[in-house]
Amino acid sequence: MSVAPAEVDLPRSADKPTPDKPWVTIVWNDPINLMSYVTYVFQHVFGYPKKKAEKLMLDVHHKGRAVVASGAREAMEHNVEVLHGYGLWATVHQD
Amino acid sequence: MDPFRSTRGGGVKATLAAAEASLLRSLVAQVMDLIEPDAAKATDLDELEAILQADAAETPTDPVLARLLPDGYRDNPDAAGEFRKYTELSLRAAKYETAQAMLDSLPEQGGKLQLTQEQAQAWLKALNDVRLALGTKLGVAEDFEEQWDGLAAKDPRRTAFEVYAWLGAVQESLVRALW
Repeated sequence: MSVAPAEVDLPRSADKPTPDKPWVTIVWNDPINLMSYVTYVFQHVFGYPKKKAEKLMLDVHHKGRAVVASGAREAMEHNVEVLHGYGLWATVHQD
Repeated sequence: MDPFRSTRGGGVKATLAAAEASLLRSLVAQVMDLIEPDAAKATDLDELEAILQADAAETPTDPVLARLLPDGYRDNPDAAGEFRKYTELSLRAAKYETAQAMLDSLPEQGGKLQLTQEQAQAWLKALNDVRLALGTKLGVAEDFEEQWDGLAAKDPRRTAFEVYAWLGAVQESLVRALW
């Protein structure tokens, strides 16, 4: 037998699901992966046209990181797994 | 080595000297030793048991291994640990198989090398893992050629830098041939 609590703690805002904040896949710069290879991987894995893949690669190179995809968390985790398979330094983030 | 050229049907071809083939063989084998999934985990334990093993969730302390099997989350050790728990074994297995596929298509005595598109993909990933391992070990930066030039003539790392530069050229020609 249980009694309903008189008060219910409201979840803190940080605990609320935030579907409006999409998850993203980030690729970080590293000194080893070749610029051509990184561009090729973006084209091959995401099906991006060469121009877009090159722009993302240059963002990674010059800014240290770039968001290469966004969407559901599971999809971003899958991206990161695939990118790790290619040796890229990728992580999942909530934007 | 003659650089990679594309062939009809999406494959590539190149010519390797015997010494180059043997160098590649030994470098790839070293990466395989490093990333080989623990035999017990891979065969005797079922997947659930493997997942429950807490040690699979920690970032490897060896910098080379940490670079080959990086964290999936940054600044979030809990999420990174969870992610690793579910993905590290399969990532190790995938890298191991890819490296094996490269070795299987590498002519032992060098000579003419013909790769299908699928084999070329394996070479691309496995060569890159070798570069990541060697580059991490050498602590290369973006200006690795300056680091290399800065080494004393008798520094034993000079040879490793030379190999690293050669691997980069091989990888570059493979990417260009696949484009």
